[in-house]
Amino acid sequence: MQKEYKTITEISGPLVFAEVDEPVGYNEIVEIETPDGQIRRGQVLETTSDHVAIQVFEGTGGIDRKSSVRFLGETMKMKLTEDLLGRVLDGSGQPIDGGPEIEPDKREDIVGEAINPYSREYPAEFIQTGVSAIDGMNTLVRGQKLPIFSSSGQPHNDLALQIARQATVPEEEKEGGESEFAVIFGAMGITAEEANEFMDDFERTGALERSVVFMNLADDPATERTLTPRLALTTAEYLAFEKGYHVLTILTDMTNYCEALREIGAAREEVPGRRGYPGYMYTDLAQLYERAGRIKGQDGSITQIPILTMPSDDITHPIPDLTGYITEGQIIIDPDLNSQGIKPPINVLPSLSRLMDDGIGEGLTRADHADVSDQLYAAYAEGEDLRDLVNIVGREALSERDNKYLDFADRFEAEFVQQGFTTDRDIEETLEIGWDLLSMLPKEELNRIDEDLIEEHYREDESVEVEA
Amino acid sequence: MSQGQTSDVREDGVIESVSGPVVTADLDARMNDVVYVGSEGLMGEVIEIEGDVTTIQVYEETSGVSSGEPVETTGQPLTVDLGPGMLDSIYDGVQRPLQVLEEKMNSAFLDRGVDAPGIDLDELWEFTPEVAEGDTVEPGDIVGTVPETRTIDHKVMVPPDYEGGEVVEAESGNFTVDETVVELDNGEEITMHQEWPVRQQRPASEKQTPTEPLVSGQRILDGLFPIAKGGTAAIPGPFGSGKTVTQHQLAKWADADIVVYVGCGERGNEMTEVIEDFPDLEDPTTGNPLMDRTTLIANTSNMPVAARESSVYTGITIAEYFRDMGYNVALMADSTSRWAEAMREISSRLEEMPGEEGYPAYLAARLAEFYERAGYFENVNGTEGSVSVIGAVSPPGGDFSEPVTQNTLRIVKTFWALDADLAERRHFPAINWTESYSLYRDQLDPWFEENVESDWSEQRQWAIDTLDEEAELQEIVQLVGKDALPEDQQLTLEVARYLREAWLQQNAFHDVDTYCSPEKTYRILGAIKTFNDEAFDALDAGVPVEEITDIESLPRLNRIGVQEDYNEFVDELEEDIASELREMY
Ligand SMILES: Nc1ncnc2c1ncn2[C@@H]1O[C@H](COP(=O)(O)OP(=O)(O)O)[C@@H](O)[C@H]1O
Ligand SMILES: [Mg+2]
Repeated sequence: MQKEYKTITEISGPLVFAEVDEPVGYNEIVEIETPDGQIRRGQVLETTSDHVAIQVFEGTGGIDRKSSVRFLGETMKMKLTEDLLGRVLDGSGQPIDGGPEIEPDKREDIVGEAINPYSREYPAEFIQTGVSAIDGMNTLVRGQKLPIFSSSGQPHNDLALQIARQATVPEEEKEGGESEFAVIFGAMGITAEEANEFMDDFERTGALERSVVFMNLADDPATERTLTPRLALTTAEYLAFEKGYHVLTILTDMTNYCEALREIGAAREEVPGRRGYPGYMYTDLAQLYERAGRIKGQDGSITQIPILTMPSDDITHPIPDLTGYITEGQIIIDPDLNSQGIKPPINVLPSLSRLMDDGIGEGLTRADHADVSDQLYAAYAEGEDLRDLVNIVGREALSERDNKYLDFADRFEAEFVQQGFTTDRDIEETLEIGWDLLSMLPKEELNRIDEDLIEEHYREDESVEVEA
Repeated sequence: MSQGQTSDVREDGVIESVSGPVVTADLDARMNDVVYVGSEGLMGEVIEIEGDVTTIQVYEETSGVSSGEPVETTGQPLTVDLGPGMLDSIYDGVQRPLQVLEEKMNSAFLDRGVDAPGIDLDELWEFTPEVAEGDTVEPGDIVGTVPETRTIDHKVMVPPDYEGGEVVEAESGNFTVDETVVELDNGEEITMHQEWPVRQQRPASEKQTPTEPLVSGQRILDGLFPIAKGGTAAIPGPFGSGKTVTQHQLAKWADADIVVYVGCGERGNEMTEVIEDFPDLEDPTTGNPLMDRTTLIANTSNMPVAARESSVYTGITIAEYFRDMGYNVALMADSTSRWAEAMREISSRLEEMPGEEGYPAYLAARLAEFYERAGYFENVNGTEGSVSVIGAVSPPGGDFSEPVTQNTLRIVKTFWALDADLAERRHFPAINWTESYSLYRDQLDPWFEENVESDWSEQRQWAIDTLDEEAELQEIVQLVGKDALPEDQQLTLEVARYLREAWLQQNAFHDVDTYCSPEKTYRILGAIKTFNDEAFDALDAGVPVEEITDIESLPRLNRIGVQEDYNEFVDELEEDIASELREMY
C-alpha cells in the first residue's frame, strides 16, 4: 500500500511541490488526486529527504493543497505488445480509438537506456523514398535520424506522408523480402486538422494496420508532450529490437516539444540557456534522437523522421540548431520554392544526409550516384549564386558559361526537385533526370565525375540544344 | 527501483537529494574522490563540499535513486588504468571498456551500476626487460617492452610516483599486468599497470618548441595551415560543416604514432563508423590496421552528461602516458563544446554564479588547463614525445563570437574555421582560407623545405596571394560581372578557381584523394603555378584570355588529386599546358 500525502506546499505552472517523510526516487511516477476525484499523473524532478518537486503531465489546473499525492515506487513505463500495431493512443499512451485495453506483453521504462556505441551497426541500407531531392542528393538509410526542418504553413506533412507511403528498400524487394515499414507516429501539439490529415491518409492507404499512433494535440496539456516521444520511441525499440520490425518513426512537431521543456525549465526557475531554452536541451533531445539506429545481430531498425517548424524560419534558432547538431543531416523545406509551386519544396543546398556515402554506389544504388550528386550540388550552387548577379547586371553581361549555369539551376528546380507529392520515382529515374540536366553543361565542367562515368552517361546532343 | 534492495555498497554516508546527475549526500569525503552512489553503486565524483553537504556528479543515469540510500567513498580520485591493452579499445568517458560492458550486461543497451577495469587484468603479455640486475632506475625510466599491437611496442615504465633504485630482479616472460616484472632494492615492485588521476598532468622534464609538422595528408592543412607535433588546433563550425570528417581524417592519416579519439557528447554512429572502418584501413606509415595505434573514447550525446565532462581528461591522460614512452600522440576531441556544456549543466545544478551565456566563470581556465597538456616534451626518462590536441568546437548557430570558441581561440595556435557556405556548395574540406590561420607556419617551414622542396614557402605564398586577390576581385565581380574586368584579372580569377577546385578541395571519401602526401600537395600546387606562369606569358604575348582558359589540357588539373601515380601525370600535364599555350603565339 502506497502512502498518501496531503502535503502540497506550492503549485507553480506545471510543477507541484510537496513535503515527504519517506525516501522518494528521482523520476518516480506520482499520482495526484484532486478533491473531486480526478487523477493526474506526474514525475519527480527533484527529490530530497523532506520534499519533492513534481512535474505534472496532465496540467495542474484543479489541483489544490488538499489534493493527495501518491508515489508509485517506479519510473514511467510503457505497456508493450505487438497488438499495439493498428492502435491510436493519446499523448500519454492511453487508447483513444475505442478499442480494447492494452494487454501488455511487457512494460518498459520510457526513458530508455543508451545504445552501447560498440553494439551499434553502421546504417547503410538505402531507403528509396521515391523523392528525387532525397534519394538522389540526401539519401536516407535504414536506421538514420533525418529530420525535416520546415516552418509554419509549409507542406512538411505532405512530404512526411509521401515518405511514409513510398519508402521501400529495393535491395530487399529484389530478394522477395518484406520491406514495408511499421510506422510509429508521435504527434505533439499539432492541430486537429493536421492530425486528421495524417489519420485520413493512414486509413486510406491501409497504413494504419502497421502503425501505432500517439496523439497529443494542440489543446492537450503541454507537459504531456515530454512523454509522447518517449512512449513512441519505447514502442519503436520494442518492435524493432524485440520483434524484428523495421520501424519508421515520425515525430511532429519537435518545436512544440521544446516549448514544453522551456515551460518546465522556467517554472523551476532554472538558469536558462540560449533564448530561454534549458541549458540541458541538447542532452534531452539527444536522448530522443539517438534512439534511432541499428544494432549488431538484430534484424529490426529504427529510422527517425522528426519534423520541426523553425521559429521565424531561422535555422540558427536553438531548436533546429541543437537538432542539426544531433541528427544525421536535415531536409530543408524552403518557403520560396513552395511559393513557386515546387512540390516538394526541398532546398537541397542546406540539406544534408550524413549517412549517404555508405548507403549508395555500386551494388547499393548505382556506381555514378555519388559523383552525380556532388556535381548536381556544385552546379546548382553556382547557378544559385549567379541569380543574384543577374539581378544587378542582367543576363547579357554574363558569359556563355554563366548563362548555362543559370539555365541549369532553373531546370534543376523544375525537373529534378519538382515531382509532386504523389509521384514515386525509383533511383534509376532520379539519376537519369540528373544526367539529363548535367548534360546541359560542357563535359569539361563535370570535374566531380569520374571520366569513365561521363563517357557512359553523358548525353552528347543535350549541350548543343540549350545553347539557343 | 533501488529501494529496499540489498546492496553491497558500504554506507559511508547517505543521499540527501537527487536532481538529474547531481546528488547531495551527508558524507565525509575529499574533493574529487570517486564515490559509489545508491544501492546500485552508481559511479560518481565529489565536486563540491560545503558545510556537511557533499555534492557528487554521477556518471550514470539516476532515475529511481532516492534520499536515504547509501554512498560509499573510495578515498581515491578519478583515475585511469594505464598499461598494455588500451590500444584497439573503446571506452566510455570514465574508461569503462564498452566491449566488456556489452558482454557483462549481455545487452546492446547500457545498463547501470556495472564497472570494469580499463585494461584486461587476466590477459598475459610478453614482457622483455630492458634493464638488468644492478642497473639503477629512476621514476619514469623504461624497464622493458611489450608488443602491444603489431604497430606499437608498449614501454613499461617506473611509475612517476615511485622512488626508484637498483634493480634486483627483472624477468622476461608472459605476465598479467598486475604481476611484478621488475623489483627494486627498496622493495618497490614494478608491474605493467599504472594508475593515474585524470585531472592531474603527468610530469615531464621540459616543454620544447615544436619544429616538426603533424602531417595530416590534407592539402589545405599541410599546405596552408599546418599544425605541429605537440601543437594545438581548434576546428569550429556549425553543424554539417565538416568538423567530424576533418577529425576522422586526422585520426586516419596524421603521421602520429598513437591516436586518441574522444567522441565527447556526439553521435553514436560516428563512433561505430570508426570501430567498423579503422580495422580495415591501413596506417600509411606501417601498413598495419589503423586500429593498432588507436584508442577510442566514446561518451555519446545520450550517455550520462557527467561522464562527458570527464571523457576529455581520460583521453588526455592516456595520451600523456604514451607520450612518456617517447611517442608522438595526437588527440582529437569532438566536440569540446559538449564538454563545456556538461560543465555548464553541472554548474547550474550547483547553482553557481553563471558567467557568460550561463557557462561557469572557470570555463576559460579549464580550457586553458586542458590545452596546456599538449606540447612537445622532453620526458622525465629523457625520451622525447608529444601530445597534439585538436578540438572541434560547435558554436550555437555557427556564431564564433560565443564563449567556447572565443576562449579556445585565445589558447590554440591553429585555427581551422569551417564555413557553412562552402559546405553548402560541397566545397570540402569547408575550411575558410581567409579566416583560418596557423601560428606554427614559420617554425615548420624549415622542415617542409628540407623534407619536401626548398621553395615550399615561396610557392605557398604565391597561392595565398592569388587567393587574396581573388577575394578582392570577387567583390567587384558581384557588382559588375566578370566580363567587365581587365583580362589579366580575369585570368587571375581562373587560376584561383583551380586553386580552389584542384588544390584546396579534397574528397575524404575518394580512395586516393582522401590522403595526399606533402610531396603531392606540393606538386598539385606546382602544376597550377605552371599554368599561371605560362598563361600570363601567353596573355602578354596577346593571346585572348578566353582562348587561354579554353585549352584542352587544363581540366586535367582537377584530376591530379585522384591519381595514385601523380608524378608522371603532373609531368605530362605541365608539358601539355606549356606546349598548348606556346603554340598560340
Ligand atoms: N573532406 C570532406 N570530403 C567530403 N565530404 C565531406 C568532407 N567534409 C565534410 N563532408 C560532408 O559534410 C558532411 C558533414 O560533415 P561533418 O564532419 O559530419 O560535419 P560536422 O561534424 O561539422 O557537423 C559529411 O557527412 C560529408 O557529407
Ligand atoms: Mg560532427
